[in-house]
Amino acid sequence: MKALKTLGYVLALPVLLVLLWWASTLGAVNFFVPTPAALVGKFGEVWFGPRFFTDVLPSIARLLVGVVAAIAIGVVGGVLIGSVKWLRALLEPTLEFFRAIPPPVLVPVLILLMGITDSMKVAVIISGCVWPVLLNTIEGVRAVDGVLSDSAHTYGIDGWARVRYLVLPSASPQIMAGVRQSLSLGLILMVISEMFASSSGLGFTIVQFQRSFAIPEMWSGIVVLGLLGVAMSFIFQWAERHILRWYHGQKEVENAA
Amino acid sequence: MQPDPTPAPAGKTPPSGKTLPEVMLSVRGVKKVYQTDGGDIEAVRNLTFDLRPGELACLVGPSGSGKTTLLKCISGLMAPTAGEVLLDGKRVSGPPKKMAVVFQEYGRSLFPWMRVRENVELPLKNQGVPKAERDTLVDEALEAVGLSHVPRSYPWQLSGGMQQRVAIARAIAYQPEVLLMDEPFAAVDAQTRADLEDLIRVVWKKLGVTVLFVTHDIDESVYLGERVIILSSSPTVVQEDIVIDLPDERDQLNTRALPRFTELRHHVYEQIQLAKKGHRPAAAGSTTA
Amino acid sequence: MSSDDPASGGPAPSAGRDRRPVRRLPAKQLLGLAGIVGFLATWELIPRLGLIDERYLPPASEVILALVRDFGLTAFWISVGETMAAWFLGLIIAVALAVLLGFVIGSSDFLRKATNSTVEFLRPIPSVALIPLAVLLFGVKIESSLMLITYAAFWQVLIQVLYGVADVDMVANNTAKTYGLGRMARIRYVVFPTALPYLMTGVRLAATVALVLAITAELVIGSPGLGREIALAQSGGAISGMYALVLATGLIGVLINVLMRSIEKKTLSWHSSVRSEVIV
Repeated sequence: MKALKTLGYVLALPVLLVLLWWASTLGAVNFFVPTPAALVGKFGEVWFGPRFFTDVLPSIARLLVGVVAAIAIGVVGGVLIGSVKWLRALLEPTLEFFRAIPPPVLVPVLILLMGITDSMKVAVIISGCVWPVLLNTIEGVRAVDGVLSDSAHTYGIDGWARVRYLVLPSASPQIMAGVRQSLSLGLILMVISEMFASSSGLGFTIVQFQRSFAIPEMWSGIVVLGLLGVAMSFIFQWAERHILRWYHGQKEVENAA
Repeated sequence: MQPDPTPAPAGKTPPSGKTLPEVMLSVRGVKKVYQTDGGDIEAVRNLTFDLRPGELACLVGPSGSGKTTLLKCISGLMAPTAGEVLLDGKRVSGPPKKMAVVFQEYGRSLFPWMRVRENVELPLKNQGVPKAERDTLVDEALEAVGLSHVPRSYPWQLSGGMQQRVAIARAIAYQPEVLLMDEPFAAVDAQTRADLEDLIRVVWKKLGVTVLFVTHDIDESVYLGERVIILSSSPTVVQEDIVIDLPDERDQLNTRALPRFTELRHHVYEQIQLAKKGHRPAAAGSTTA
Repeated sequence: MSSDDPASGGPAPSAGRDRRPVRRLPAKQLLGLAGIVGFLATWELIPRLGLIDERYLPPASEVILALVRDFGLTAFWISVGETMAAWFLGLIIAVALAVLLGFVIGSSDFLRKATNSTVEFLRPIPSVALIPLAVLLFGVKIESSLMLITYAAFWQVLIQVLYGVADVDMVANNTAKTYGLGRMARIRYVVFPTALPYLMTGVRLAATVALVLAITAELVIGSPGLGREIALAQSGGAISGMYALVLATGLIGVLINVLMRSIEKKTLSWHSSVRSEVIV
């Protein structure tokens, strides 16, 4: 009974919205809005063919490579900069400026430096996604608890062991917050780099549909991007719950007290 | 009745065959001055005392007497401005391997992302102790502090007293020769505190470890220690160093009811009151306020 | 707790307390300044030494000169104005919608449960997915920018408002009820003050996102503003000009950050008891 109620809460509004959409397309044929049936039909037809391998997978691959590289660079750099006090003071204002630059403007710059290539697109994603992770990691490393740090020190936990057992776990809540920002930024940059200058990829294909007024196809592309965003968000949430279980548990205990 | 006759508590000569050093921990003329923009602040002026192997000494002093500063110097977390600390004859320049520290802030000294067992095991793992030996040591340590039943819990799932037990278990498993404790029970409730005090006595007897127990609680220092070192107020020197000649077996009810306990307690209390007023021992040769 | 021991936390005795921050800051700031100078020097040297062709990466001095020249041009300020107008309008619309919906949804348990799945599903959809739709509906007009900005910024604020309203102290709310405060009065005196810190955090995050989307729309769609100027400069071969405009967007980003942080701080200054718990 309770499960049924929960299911009702989850499904009621989405179903209602789809019904509304369907009803609104019943009467006159609207050029801009396809019927749900037409969209679903196009969706399978457009995206589950050869295009899946020529446009969808390469886009996702670039996104993954870019985001993973950005996270790796951000975390390694952040641990380094965060651990050395003078280095942090030296670099922080410059890094804050880089973070403040809206990442999409890097697309024309990197096209200029690297040409229209796959590595350019990956570089766009990296250069946009690295800042939230980097700056959050620096902040997290800086905020390692003094007593905990002393404890580790007295037990001879130094060097790499200190990073592995103390610094990284302690900074992980901030790092994950940075990763969350990076993921949504990465998706945006993937699309933009393909829309701005490309001959393949999700972003390119969707713009092509729009230019040729293939409206249901265009909508189906928007749906693909939406699904990609939702999938990434769910994977992230799953990973975050797993990695930060101790953190959420601790917060819960603190709040209850 | 002592189950294990090997350790050598306060003052008794160690059994022959084992060549223990005359002095385990030696604090020689330690001085600590903090340099701030508002001027230098002298937290510790000149502290000298020795701990024999297997001794349980309490360090007590008025609040603000630089107890924590001193402890940080001894544990190698902080370099003294002058003087030196010798552990087993060797100068301490960083945290020594033979030493373990239990901090007051139990909530902040355990790794919240590790379970109880992993917390206790980590220092050993880091030392490269083989897995089988590690397991035995961890099991024994958890057993000793009465926490064998919660190895899979996270520290924050436990009460404050239990968290401090985990920290003590971690220190025991590390097999230190010197155990430093920085007001370890100041943040737990009175009942738990009494239990933990007894636990420390038991552990100390069983392991024969040298313990330096810092506290601001006079009763605690007299009840626990074989010796109490009273500090003056800041800038700190040793106000008095007294032997606690209470029976070896101590008990929360009976020991605290002994006339001798009351006498010692009075004495320490008076000394601390003097220290608070700025009274300084003649030996320190410094100005009295 | 016996943390009255002044030496326990390290060197923090009272004597130098009030003078220290004032004296310490400049050293840190000088180092930061040195970092910026070092960065500019490196940038200057890379093309000068021929590590990267000067045609693709002009020296820092040239770019800064171009930026200074831009500052004297009306066209530059018009572009800045267009970008900022789209940013501001989009942000205002998003905040207004999110606050309205957030308080309505947040104050009803039923609505909160019923909308949760939809919100969680719509929120991660990247706003750039709407670019083709925006082009189709509005072409290169400012409405295109507004659509993208509003969509992206809306979710940032909505989520924070929902958190904030959920955080309302039940005791405070019930107290207000027993004193006969009506629904509107409770929202005004209990719910709103509680949710305000969350709202301001949401607005700060939304402001950054809004700038990203404003520039994106101009860059990709070609709606008027700095983004379009950057694309034009790039395709027209005015490379120093392009880098100068990139710097300009960075400066705007920094200004928005500083502005939003100070607004957030000001709004919450009378609220400090809540703030320390609320914003992590």
